[in-house]
Amino acid sequence: MMSLLGISSQALFGQLLLGLINGSFYALLSLGLAVIFGMLNVINFAHGAQYMMGAFVAYLLLQFAGIGYWPALVLVPVIIGGFGIVLERTMLCRLYRLDPLYGLLLTFGIAMIIEGLFRYGYGVSGRPYPIPAALQGGYNLGFMFLPVYRAWVVVASLLLCLSTWFAIERTRLGAMLRAATENPVLVQAFGINVPLLVTATYGFGVALAGVAGLLAAPILQVNPLMGSNLIIIVFAVVVIGGMGSILGSILTGFGLGILEGLTKVFYPPASNVVIFVVMVGVLLVKPAGLFGREK
Amino acid sequence: MLRQMLCAIALVGLGSTSAQAQFRSDTLKIGVLNDRSGIYADLSGEGSVVAAQMAVEDAGGKVAGRPIQLLSADHQNKADVGANIARQWIDRDGVSMIIDVPNSGVALAVQEITREKQIIFIASGPGSSRLIGDACSPTGFLWTYNTYAMGVGTGGAMVDRGGSSWFFITADYAFGQSMQQDTSQIVVQKGGKILGSIKHPLNTADFSSFLLQAQSSGAKVIALANAGADTTNAIKQAAEFGITHGDQQLAGLLVFDTDIDALGLATAQGLILTTGFYWDFDDQTRTWSARFEKRHGAEPTMVQAGVYSAIRHYLKAVEATGTDDGPKVAAKMRELPLDDFFARHARIEANGAVSHDMYLAQVKAPGESKGRWDYLKILSTIPGTVAFQKPENSGCKLVAP
Repeated sequence: MMSLLGISSQALFGQLLLGLINGSFYALLSLGLAVIFGMLNVINFAHGAQYMMGAFVAYLLLQFAGIGYWPALVLVPVIIGGFGIVLERTMLCRLYRLDPLYGLLLTFGIAMIIEGLFRYGYGVSGRPYPIPAALQGGYNLGFMFLPVYRAWVVVASLLLCLSTWFAIERTRLGAMLRAATENPVLVQAFGINVPLLVTATYGFGVALAGVAGLLAAPILQVNPLMGSNLIIIVFAVVVIGGMGSILGSILTGFGLGILEGLTKVFYPPASNVVIFVVMVGVLLVKPAGLFGREK
Repeated sequence: MLRQMLCAIALVGLGSTSAQAQFRSDTLKIGVLNDRSGIYADLSGEGSVVAAQMAVEDAGGKVAGRPIQLLSADHQNKADVGANIARQWIDRDGVSMIIDVPNSGVALAVQEITREKQIIFIASGPGSSRLIGDACSPTGFLWTYNTYAMGVGTGGAMVDRGGSSWFFITADYAFGQSMQQDTSQIVVQKGGKILGSIKHPLNTADFSSFLLQAQSSGAKVIALANAGADTTNAIKQAAEFGITHGDQQLAGLLVFDTDIDALGLATAQGLILTTGFYWDFDDQTRTWSARFEKRHGAEPTMVQAGVYSAIRHYLKAVEATGTDDGPKVAAKMRELPLDDFFARHARIEANGAVSHDMYLAQVKAPGESKGRWDYLKILSTIPGTVAFQKPENSGCKLVAP
């Protein structure tokens, strides 16, 4: 068997695949952040809390209404996206004319409140959420056992990421959005309802976080702290990819997931810092991020 | 006349200094220091404060004629935050005793401070055997469990059941390291082999990579030397990757009732574990636990029951000595008999270890459980003399080897 630095190629393939799976979450979450930042210039610190809410809404739907995974796949983004829209209309929209820092502080505060409420209600140990029956079991790939559910996560995440990219970069609606970001006054003058576009964009970004939470629920414990553990890493991913760059956030999300997976093989204790080391390196060499444009 | 007045002032002065020498302040202050918001908040947290309140109330709210006051704070699992709070409590607030402190890293920091200030420190939440080993203190106690006892219980039982080769997934901080070291020792003593280990950062969400490495090691037992959410995530993901369906077994070296509650029996069933206390063990534990459950809304973990037991014993020692002076109270605590619903056949050793009966248990299958919190079958009682290391072998300098 081939081996690299004492690691068998078999183990290496396994870890690469696992990295890809984790990368799916990074990509999905950083994509939502990038969409929101790119279009609204808001640094959405509540993203982690909204991801956690996605998982909890799925858990509550199952627990109290008997609504399973597949209907939740539609309901969760609608509910979480709706929550985002209310948030944007009632609070966030007042801050657009100010420095982005204000939006960051507001969303950070909201994240703390949401997490505190869920912690108060459900403790910190988390609640279980089962893998849907259709996605149980796994494939034996020879070099590793791949649970069906994890394969589904990669596919679902890729689909969502690519269709988002397509919608924003290649459709008429996406073109209007980008134009509205560039020059809102002019676009409004053409008769396009810019505030509605902005609200919808925020709702969509937040809904993406909700879906990511639902996808994570069967793998991780549904836990009030699950978002705050992840959000800092995801921000690092966004910074590395380039703030607001759609494609950048997708590619770096998957790429850094794989890098982290490799670190877990070669030197596990560093696995929670490797992304930040890369971030520092990228900021020093290319401050706008790998795919970002300097303004 | 002047001489008489001076005498009187001197007497008053003497009186107050001697009173100060007996007690640090007008009330006896006990500080419950633990994790109130992080991954260990459910197994200690607010529940430990509730247990402490119950202990104070059951003691009549007073000791040696002084009212007892409880303080509590969140150390956020950070050693520096915990150490700062401990210092403030001791220097500014006149706290006489600090209790709980889950997270061995924080507990080791608090142990240094309380040793220097000669303040009683009773650890219920943390498990690192270093607290009663090389870092032991004349005024420090490790009340509820320790990594050595857990290793004897779970490690010994798994080897006896054919688990001859081991792989460790270890949380990379004081507790995980002690847990792995102590369990390895037992496994090797019993003729088992250690095939390898991986250290993971505290608070890891995804264990699949570590589990895969453990799986490919071919070890018969994959031991989780971690706690709280780290353990539950690892167990859940081990089931997902089909590890527990093969001939490999998981050993959770520290699993609390709250972890099983979070996982659900479907995932946790069959797991072998060691515990210092189970609420449904006998009438005595059920009576106390029912009172606790009424106030806290959940059955007590061993950490929370340990907090109650420890405070009761401490207050008895303060009452008997009439002072809160650390070394004196510590000596009295070792001298007074200890046997309550929590600590059975207990003995407080010179190194601060509280040796008491431990229990080897197995998580019930969903069909066997009658409801929420009915989670464990007690397989056997491990007498304290077997479960706990002899003080002379602990590496504690207070005990001559």
